[in-house]
Amino acid sequence: MSAPSIMDQHTVARLTFVVNGREVWISSPPAARLSKVLREDLGLTGTKVGCDAGDCGACTVLIDGTPVCSCLVAASQADGCQITTVEGLKHRAPVFDRLQKCFLARGAAQCGICTPGMLVTATALLERNPAPTETEVMDALGGVLCRCTGYRKIISAVLAANGVGDPPASPPAGSAVGQRLVRLDGQRKAEGTEIFGADETPAKALLLRAIRSPYHHARFSFEDIGSYLAAHPGVKAVFCAQDVPGRNCFGVIPPFADQPVFAQHEARFRGEAVAAVVGEEEVIERLDLSKFPVTWEERTALTTIEESLAAGASLVHANRPDNVLVRGRVVRGDVDQALACADAVVEGEYETSFVEHACIEPEAGFARPVGDGIEVQACTQSPYMDRADLAAILDIPPERVRIIPTAVGGGFGSKLDLSVQPFVAVAARHLNQPVKMIYSRVESIMSTTKRHPARIRARAGATRDGKLVAMDLAADFNTGAYASWGPTVAARVPVHGSGPYVVPHYRALTRAIHTHLVPAGAFRGFGVPQCTIAQEQLYDDLADRVGMDRLEFRILNALSDDSLTVTGQVLGEGVGIRQCFEALRPRWTAARAEAAAFNLAATIPFRRGAGVAGMWYGCGSTSLPNPSTIRIGLKRDGRIVLHQGAVDIGQGSNTIIAQICADALGAPFAQFDLLSGDTAISPDCGKTSASRQTFVTGKAAYLAGRALRKRLLEIAGACDRATLTFQPGRVVAMESGESHAVDLSVLPLDHNGYVLTAETTFDPPTTPLDENGQGNPYAVYGFGAHLAEVEVDTELGTVRVLRITAAHDVGQAINPTLIEGQVEGGVAQGLGMALMEEFTPGKGENLHDYLIPTIGDIPHVETILIEKPSSVGPFGAKGVGEQAVIPTAPAILNAIHDAIGIRLRKVPATPDRIRAAILAARRSEGPHAG
Amino acid sequence: MFLRPTTLYDATRALAAGGQVLAGGTDFFPALGSCPANGTIIDVSRISELRGIRVAPDHVRIGGATTWSEIASAPLPRCLNALRSAAREVGAVQVQNRGTIAGNLCNASPAADGVPPLLILNAEVELASADGRRRLPLREFLVGNRKTQRRPDEILSAVILPSNLSDAPSVFLKLGARRYLVISISMVAALLSRDRDGLVGTARIAVGACSATAQRLTELERDLAGQPLGRELGSIAAPRHLAPLSPIDDVRATAAYRRDATLTLIRRALHSCAEALA
Repeated sequence: MSAPSIMDQHTVARLTFVVNGREVWISSPPAARLSKVLREDLGLTGTKVGCDAGDCGACTVLIDGTPVCSCLVAASQADGCQITTVEGLKHRAPVFDRLQKCFLARGAAQCGICTPGMLVTATALLERNPAPTETEVMDALGGVLCRCTGYRKIISAVLAANGVGDPPASPPAGSAVGQRLVRLDGQRKAEGTEIFGADETPAKALLLRAIRSPYHHARFSFEDIGSYLAAHPGVKAVFCAQDVPGRNCFGVIPPFADQPVFAQHEARFRGEAVAAVVGEEEVIERLDLSKFPVTWEERTALTTIEESLAAGASLVHANRPDNVLVRGRVVRGDVDQALACADAVVEGEYETSFVEHACIEPEAGFARPVGDGIEVQACTQSPYMDRADLAAILDIPPERVRIIPTAVGGGFGSKLDLSVQPFVAVAARHLNQPVKMIYSRVESIMSTTKRHPARIRARAGATRDGKLVAMDLAADFNTGAYASWGPTVAARVPVHGSGPYVVPHYRALTRAIHTHLVPAGAFRGFGVPQCTIAQEQLYDDLADRVGMDRLEFRILNALSDDSLTVTGQVLGEGVGIRQCFEALRPRWTAARAEAAAFNLAATIPFRRGAGVAGMWYGCGSTSLPNPSTIRIGLKRDGRIVLHQGAVDIGQGSNTIIAQICADALGAPFAQFDLLSGDTAISPDCGKTSASRQTFVTGKAAYLAGRALRKRLLEIAGACDRATLTFQPGRVVAMESGESHAVDLSVLPLDHNGYVLTAETTFDPPTTPLDENGQGNPYAVYGFGAHLAEVEVDTELGTVRVLRITAAHDVGQAINPTLIEGQVEGGVAQGLGMALMEEFTPGKGENLHDYLIPTIGDIPHVETILIEKPSSVGPFGAKGVGEQAVIPTAPAILNAIHDAIGIRLRKVPATPDRIRAAILAARRSEGPHAG
Repeated sequence: MFLRPTTLYDATRALAAGGQVLAGGTDFFPALGSCPANGTIIDVSRISELRGIRVAPDHVRIGGATTWSEIASAPLPRCLNALRSAAREVGAVQVQNRGTIAGNLCNASPAADGVPPLLILNAEVELASADGRRRLPLREFLVGNRKTQRRPDEILSAVILPSNLSDAPSVFLKLGARRYLVISISMVAALLSRDRDGLVGTARIAVGACSATAQRLTELERDLAGQPLGRELGSIAAPRHLAPLSPIDDVRATAAYRRDATLTLIRRALHSCAEALA
């Protein structure tokens, strides 16, 4: 008999692994998650932690060659094993080397947070099976979630790993725009060396955890905090509202700011923070937060729009009557009269749900006191907005707050709002010590913003020959407990509610309604995806009513350069919606014929259909200033430093802005060195949202490039026709065979440390909207249309999306690979919104109850790029980030209707809802119906 | 305490003093949330006698710590096809590579993918403790949502499958709202054999995720016996056969939908078994 080997998990176990080919000995609590040991003890932060539950696969490593979630393995279970992390894949060459090149060349990494898990899993597949089929790739990678790419480029990269050439060489000067250049930050993402919010912590950082309300609505009071601290010696401090040095209030739109760092007396949503505990990591991790001395008194919670609007409803905020945060309004013409006279009128009511961003990276970061100020390093989409809010919270000038944005492991709007930042900043300031915070998946889902649930009523009318005459739309949005981006949603939706069509008589009224639920905020499209679900289904009904082909109806009514929008704007140029629809025509005709043939041949239960939907989306803030400032500097060695303050959240602004700047200056793309959006280093490029970075920051970069070029040519005494060559110590301007050199070594350095600096600001030209919402809210709109082909299992109510064809007018495609990445990722999120994504506060705060599409759910996506330039943008370019998500869900819903003749007015159209609708339709058709 | 016994004997002796059993970790770690593990943990993943599949003439014995990947790739009699299909549907590859059959049964989720395919095989579980071993039918072992007959001092050491119907086709159908990494809305396992007259001999149907523990539909099984193995076989399944089920409304689906969809899954499973026999 042998005695079991015993280790005390509270002390440590001595473990031996072979990690990435190297033997390592470590001491660790034996039951510690392997992911934690790899990241914290071995510094291998390429292994990401997304859920600690095996739901996302971001932490996948190979143990003895087999892919496993390292968050589900006890460190001592791997004792004596060979472990391979993303950092070690290069030792398994040549498979990985090829795979990594393919990932970069094909744009398979966007934000990069899932990339290590994908690469590790794919490496295991390719070692076993060098030539997998598409299905085998999906089966192998099905356990790794990606929220950015829509998976298609990942599949393509894995399939291509055996035998492709190198990525394209860097293009010569003046030809970067339009090229499929590999993203500048790609290498780091593919090697696992990119630094995300949780990947870097100063030595001696304390850990902070928040105490959060378990109730939607509750009063609370603290018990004896002093005794609690005395009883928990490792807990250094407890913070609550009274410890906020400045304003205990923040918000992305200053006039509406209303969210406390720590709630005071009353918690307005489940997950709202009321206090924080800070101390040594080992102590804080072991705390049972449910034992924190707080007494809750649950109150009646308003959880729906109806409850909040009911007569006599209590107020979520005493200063917001009727629980209405804000109203939006765009009115043009005489809607009632026009609808009364229309030959055909249709109407409908539509409902959408809370949608979770489900970034695979939970919010994370740290703060540390530096001099008389503070540095906050965290994942964020909006460094300068964070700086302003933190300065007010800490009651110090903004210049004493430095925001260092890390790489963002998925944003989509959720990381525009503050998350960990105020907690760590307040604590670090009080304790004069670095403090870190990493949200758990549960915490992230329960407390960060969501897509607004919407309730939309709409009517639309047309003449008998199919001309739209009027639309009447009323939309209420559940904005949750705090303002966040509710005002933006309420303002954007009325402008966009007509869709990209000529609608002479129009009325759109919106309200953002407070409830005691998690704040709804920004999520890719600011409410426009929700209202497009209503509007595009309604227009399908209208086309049917007047007996027109659904695509031709849209083409007939599409906006053109010289038509009036519902806000009375004439864009004058760059209106490519008709071209988008026309580009879909061949596939539309084929898809409808194929579906009809299938339905004729197939027996029940399978039915196929095709659906189309259009979209427009204004780039930048609605009738508000939203400038970007770009600084570029020329160094003595001839290299150009680009202060690129637009946070790249995976969409590719690091690369796109550089491509634009390179061509504007006339320098090779490879000549640029990139600096980040660190507020101590780069000027303000505004927030990464509203599809504004390519357009607004890109234009600022264009202007900066032109300005630097002008200066160089002036010094060289050459004219604009000259070509520039950048060499160490000099720039040469060649013109008609004559060369003019600028000697950089003799030029003095300016206060930025450059021989020449150009800094320019661009703010898109808009006008305010009047009381009827009339004016020019955006300088540029992006346009697009999607065609969805689906198969419905009528017995189970399940839907398989077979194919998406997506046409987008991007003005000028700066980098087609990155744009396709946006489109495919948008399609995936749109598909999720249409078919599976619904968050119910208090239920399923994890990634196995809250479902996002996996690699097996996304069909082939064909992207068609239309380039109808708008001269306001850089080289004519427009944004595409949000545009891409908007038409997918309505196209899918229209395709389902085409397949089974039933309208799904509530999304997501889950199997149970679809099946219930089918059964209800059969019942109403009577007993003899088939 | 973190114990790493290498024999079942040592493990059961250690467990007699109390503790939690850790095998694949795929349920153990998610249950911890953000907190580190506490108390005595007995890691059974290094006990070789708990691993592997042995096919004997009259039964198949699957060691408790056998992973789903091992089950999916093992050469097994036809009647275990449903189990192998289920093995490929548990989470995704990463979870299949770690998660064990005993863990799936001891965790006793109503939506445990492994249970319906084992119920149609009349599986028995073997429980080992310092006092010895006992066997009981799986359907008795599972007593409710996250509740089993396992005593705290017992380890589920093996699953034993009588293989008197080893050539009978079996099918597993899982219904979820997405592909991969999905918890079942409903799932059905079915097994059919043909008698000498070419009619249904034995029929076994089990349904998961529609009651606190997966259920065999014995009335349906009786009604199917002796029926012709044609296309119409599925139409014998009727709503009344679902009486043993008690589905709930949850984030995945409504109870009404679960009943309705389950009937469809049963019909499809029967159809595909009947085709395999044709």
